This record gives sequence, structure tokens and C-alpha cells, in this order.
Amino acid sequence: MSETKDLYLGKTSYSVVGKRPIRHDGADKVTGKAIYTGDINLPNMAHARMIRSPHPHAKIKSIDASAALKLPGVLAVVTSADFPDLKDKMANMGEAGMVNLHDLAANCLAHGKVLYKGHAVAAVAALSPHIADEAMRLIKVDYEVLPSVAWVLDSMQAGAPILHDALRTDEMGKKSDQPTNTAAHLQFVKGDIKTGFAEADAVVEREFRTATVHQGYIEPHLCVVSWNEDQRLKVWTATQGSFNCRLQVCELLQIPTAQCVVVPCEIGGGFGGKITVYLEPVAALLSKKCGRPVKLAMQRDEVFQGTGPTPGSYMKVKIGAKKDGTITAGEAYLVYETGAFPGGMVGPGSMCVFSCYEFPHAKVDGYDVLCNKPKVQAYRAPGATQAAFACEQVIDELAVKLGICPLEFRLKNAAKEGTRRVDGPVYPRVGFIECLQAAKNSEHWKSPLTGKYRGRGIAGGFWFNIGGASSCSASVNDDGSVNLIEGSTDIGGSRTSIAMQLAETIGITAEDVKPQVGDTDSVGFTFLTGGSRVTFATGLAAYTLGLDLEQQMKQRAATLWECDTAEVSVKNGVYSQNGTSATFKELAKLIADKSLAPVVGKASVAPECSTNGFAVHIADVEVDPETGKVTVLRYTAIQDAGKAVHPSYVEGQMQGGAVQGIGWALNEEYFFDDKNAMRNASFLDYRMPTALDVPMIETIIVEVPNPGHPFGVRGVGEPPIVPPPATIANAIQRATGLRMTDLPINPPKLWKAMAGK
Amino acid sequence: MPTIFIPAPLRELTGGLSHLDVPGKTFGEVLSELDRHYPGVKARLVRGDELIPGFQVSVNDVLTKQGLRAKLEPTSEVHILPVIAGG
Repeated sequence: MSETKDLYLGKTSYSVVGKRPIRHDGADKVTGKAIYTGDINLPNMAHARMIRSPHPHAKIKSIDASAALKLPGVLAVVTSADFPDLKDKMANMGEAGMVNLHDLAANCLAHGKVLYKGHAVAAVAALSPHIADEAMRLIKVDYEVLPSVAWVLDSMQAGAPILHDALRTDEMGKKSDQPTNTAAHLQFVKGDIKTGFAEADAVVEREFRTATVHQGYIEPHLCVVSWNEDQRLKVWTATQGSFNCRLQVCELLQIPTAQCVVVPCEIGGGFGGKITVYLEPVAALLSKKCGRPVKLAMQRDEVFQGTGPTPGSYMKVKIGAKKDGTITAGEAYLVYETGAFPGGMVGPGSMCVFSCYEFPHAKVDGYDVLCNKPKVQAYRAPGATQAAFACEQVIDELAVKLGICPLEFRLKNAAKEGTRRVDGPVYPRVGFIECLQAAKNSEHWKSPLTGKYRGRGIAGGFWFNIGGASSCSASVNDDGSVNLIEGSTDIGGSRTSIAMQLAETIGITAEDVKPQVGDTDSVGFTFLTGGSRVTFATGLAAYTLGLDLEQQMKQRAATLWECDTAEVSVKNGVYSQNGTSATFKELAKLIADKSLAPVVGKASVAPECSTNGFAVHIADVEVDPETGKVTVLRYTAIQDAGKAVHPSYVEGQMQGGAVQGIGWALNEEYFFDDKNAMRNASFLDYRMPTALDVPMIETIIVEVPNPGHPFGVRGVGEPPIVPPPATIANAIQRATGLRMTDLPINPPKLWKAMAGK
Repeated sequence: MPTIFIPAPLRELTGGLSHLDVPGKTFGEVLSELDRHYPGVKARLVRGDELIPGFQVSVNDVLTKQGLRAKLEPTSEVHILPVIAGG
């Protein structure tokens, strides 16, 4: 039976968990010694560049690389013709489900047609990056330019340019009969919305639009790939999942798993954008052709134009409530971009839109719609931030309309244990009410905010936080330190949070554990670092590993003390039997001194439960009526972490998510010209918040233990990006009286609204 | 017996019913039995011996990857939901 197991130990005090040790990777990172993919330089290594489309939509009539290949120092050119024939092939990508390999390959190198400006068409390898640069300009691509479409509502219209002639709308297994850009229609219905809205005393309905935004990781995509003469493939890369990278590379190249090893290097941010492969299969094909290792790196404009942003969207949300504030019904119509290929984020968006509250009656329609933009990819709680921007503003307006405090309105309707979500499942123990209560009791919420053009907003947010497969192993050294190898690539400090959970389990310090991330040949399968799963799932693996080590230590102690293993007890890392005792460290030394079998442990887990993360944010803003510029005066992020293993990292995730969300709210957008070409593909023109743009983000960690984890851990990385755009918009409404429904709420847009233009 | 919640787009096949109690020890068994009474449901949800791409089964509040092989108890509540992962 697939039930949530109650694993929570119910402990209230810990020796390691909840403390703030110095991160294990800290010294290498602050002294520049950490090895990133850009630091990998191999003998005879070639350098490669991609040739990208200048058009958002065009047929590729021909590619002529003859001039490039004649350039001295050019080693190889590859195009889509170098990929194996993947037509109609599907591959099981684990958590991501079945993936169309033809689409995946065609996103790496366009197959016959380019579908967005920046779509890669060919790649060239040369002796130096400069020669590769020169060679890419010599590759002539003849295009037949086609009409393009970049806005989802235009893309849904009859007569819109069709991206894929064979695409039909999928409605849970039923296909439409006409070519379309609408890849999928989802629907959730709970109760009867007619009845629900008839019971309402007040109803608010509004339309919303959000912009296409990028994850904005500081390290561009890059990889080094070596295709050896014995056909083994070695990949060094910045990835959120070394095993997911291996799976994609092997499927795209149609080679056996055993032939490929992926070495995850340190990573300069991902946020969901470094799960899909773009470069690795292409570099592999180049390496095979030229017989050398190949380094292939993107420039910043390639990252913006050629890799997955998060979807822009159109949404319409309607909610009704009784005079006393009880929600009676909700209706949502969500249209999300999926970019150039099917498979976007409207599924989770539709599941999240009403997930914070009790809705007796609700209906959600979600549409995944293609357009001539890069294929969308995950970005922290994919799909949920857009949905919350809409829902949380309607909730806010409804509270105002009914004359109820928006926080009290949320408390009255908050989802709790036993609440049935609109998509069906019933929540186990969750902490949304506790987050709202923490907000209510916060110094920020209680403090006065005065002054013209100033306002305070509040909003909530939810993300599932997944489980999934994780593995780790460890060996005990003669000094009692423990070498830990885990399979989760470390983006947010997870090496330390995993090490801490192992240390807590076996009764040693966090510093006594030496964690490292293994490559795909040296540790068991571990699903990607994403979905806010690592500290929960790999932490569960570390806990299980700790139990294995403890049992082996007891066995060795029994050998040393000539007793049965069952007679050895252990408490807080001290092993005892009939008056004899030894600490973990003392026992480790005795085991080595007496040449007993070394203690080497392993564990693998695959928890399937969601850890259900909720967040509540509060923002104070001031609007300059002369310019429309919004200044964030004060910002507080509140979140249920279940149990904060390393509170500094939890706070960091909450602050980082809040700042990214503030970027969505106020500045960030892909700007397209009238030819549907992106015109702001640099950090100068794509405006992300800097430290100068935001105040210190205050944090309040709420701890409602997750029953599915021994220490009560919930995922924390994604929920904090969900509330910010709605929080800021609600604050702007209080400051100006204007309900801003289009993201980003940048100065020109707000100034025009304030000026009534 | 397990309760299966019928996805809204498939309720046209179940006469508008939103959930049904259907006997079976696995999701596959439940689906086959459901299809016997409401023909066409299985064809919408299954390709070969797998759930259609992009969807997964939720048993109670657990999003299982076991698909048709997901084990059920008489008290189980089954939903068919879009795949979620995260960023």
C-alpha cells in the first residue's frame, strides 16, 4: 500500500541538526579552489561554439560548412544529421515521465526548422575558442523565414502560425483533429461552481498576465566531453542531476548506460534550468568526430536565448465568498507558454492555483501553448508563482471588498490537515496556518506603516516538494571521521545538510563527516537536485546510512568485547556493554588497531511523498509617483521548513527565492521586438535585482514537522519564490489604489497607470 | 474497496460521476474493472502497459511512480494527476 510512512522520531532536541556549522565546501569556494566545469582543461582539448538562428521561425533549407572546414584549426562540424534517428522514440526520464527524444534532440540542434531566435543549428570544434568563433561565422545557413507568434493568446487563435504540423491538443488521452499550437488541456473540477458562486455574497474576477523570465544563474551552461577510442564517454558538466544528464545523453546518442560517466562539477546556480541537456550530446558528437575532448560553453546571450525560461502566462481567476469571509467557489483559466516544444508547467500551475485554501467548489482549466520562444524549463516551483500572482491578488481584493483583514481572511480559509485540494488529494499535516500565525505575530506585521504612496502587502504560496530516489555510502576512518559519498549535486549547500543528518544519526559532529558528491560510476542512482527534494530525500538516505553504520559498529564492538551484538547498546554515539564503553571515535580506532573488517555502509531510498511546503510573505513598498519606481522598504519571508537542518541555509533559500520573486514582480521580462526576437539578452538589459535594489530580507522559520521524515524535514528551496509577485502587487495596491495585473510592474507601466494613461 | 477519482476530462465516460468505488488490488486492476463498466476510460489513460505520458498516480496523498502496478488497500483513494518535479 502506498501510504505516507510516519517516520518522524518526535525528537525536540538535537546535537547537530538545527545548528549552523561552517559549510564543508566553503573554504574551497571562497579561496577560488573549487573546481567548476570551466576549470576543466584536458590535453589536446578542442573548443566549440554553436551556430544559432537569427530568426524566431524558419525552415532550414541548407547548411554549408565547407568554408568553415577549410579554415586552419577547424576540427569538426556537427548538425542534427549527426544525431541518431530518434523519430517517435520516447524515453522514461524518471520523475519527468516519458520524454519525446526527437523533441529533446531538436532542441539541442534544430531538425529542419528553427523555432525561436537563438535555436542552435550547428556546432563547430576547433583548436582554440578564437578559431571556433571565426569558423562559426563561415557556416552558411539558408533559411526560409516563416511567420512567428510569441504570445500565447495569439498562438491559440485560428490562423496562427503553426510550429509543429503534427501537433494535436491532448485532453487526457483524447487528441483533437486539427493542427494546433495548444499542446494540452487539463481540467480539475471539485463540486459545482454554479452552486458555489450562487452562495457567494461577493465575487471578484480579474485577468492577469506574467512575463517570460529566466532563472538567471550566474554560471552559463558549459561542458567538457571526451569520447574515448574505446567508445566510453566521459562528461564533466554543471548539472542539477548527473544521473539525469547521463540518461539524456545516452538516450539521445543511443548508447548504453555503461558507456557513459557524468562527473558533476561545482555549479554556479541552476534553479531548475540545469536539468535538461543542451550542450552535452552536441559536444559528444564533436568529440567523436574530431577524436579529442571538447569544451563547449555558452555566452550569456546564448543562455537567455537558447535555454529554458519559465513560462509567460495569461490567467483569469474568479473567487466568491460569503460575508463572513468563507470562500464558496473558485474558477481559474490558465494559459501558459511552453515555448517551442510541448511539455510545460501548466500542470503544476493548475494544481497549485487554489492549493492554499479550502475551496468547496472549484474548476480549473489549464492550457499548455506553444509559441516561438525557447522551450520552457523548470524554475523554482514551476508554474506556481504565476498562479499565485493571480489567486493571491483576487483573495486580497475579495478580503478588501468584504471589509476583512487580508491576513484574517486567509487564516479563515487556510488549507490544513484534511483539506482536499481542488486536484483531489487530501493534505496530511501541513503548516500554512502556523505560517499565517507567525506573520500575524511578526514585528513587521504589527509595526505601523505611514506615509503617502506607501503600502503593505501579504500573500501566501505553496509548492509540493517532491521525494524520489537517493543513494549514499560512507566509510569510517581510523580517527572516527566518516567519508560520505552522495549522489545529489550540491547547489544550495546540501553536502553540509546531508552530512549533518548523518552526523546526528551516528552521534558525531558535522565536521567529522567529509562529504563529497560522487560521479555516476561511484554512487548509486540519485534523482536530480530539484523539487526541493535533496535535504529531505538524500537526508533520509543519510539517516538510513547512519543506521547501517551504527549496526556495523555494534557488530565490531561485540567482536572486540566478546559478546553478542544485541548486548551492545548505543546512546548519543557512545557504545556500551556491561560496563565497557567507547565513543564512536574510540571504537573506530580500536577497529583499525585490531584489523577488524572496515566499516563501510550504504543506503538507498525512494520516498514518494510530497513534503508540502507553505510560505507567507509581507512587503512594504513606496511608489515614486513621478517615475512609477517601486522601492521595497521592508520584506519578511515566513516559511514552514518542517525542521531546519541548517537554519542559515534555510534562511538563504528564503532570501534568495524572495529576491528572485521580487525580480519577477518589478523588472524581469524577455523583451521581444515586433519580429518576435528577444532584444535584452544580457544582464545589463535583463534587469535582475541586485543587493542595492532590495532591503535585508527578514526571515521567520516555522517548524511543523513532516511526518514522512525522521527529523521532520520538508523541502524549502521552492516555496519562497511563490508569494513575492503577489505580495508586491498587493502592497502596490495599498500604496496607490491600483490593482496591477501585468508582470513586471516596472516604472513605465506603473507610471502610466498612476497617470491614468 | 478503493475509491478512484475520475479526472474531469473523463467524466463524460462515467455519466458525470466524479468518483467510484471499484474493486482491485492494484491501480491496473481497478482501471480494468472500471473500464468494464465504463468502456473507453482505460484507452484514454493507458499506452501499452504504462500510464499515458505526463501523468502519474496519487494513492492517498502519495505521488507514486508505480503507475498501473501501484498497490491499493480497500481504503485507498486514487487520483490521476499531472507529473510534477520541480526546479
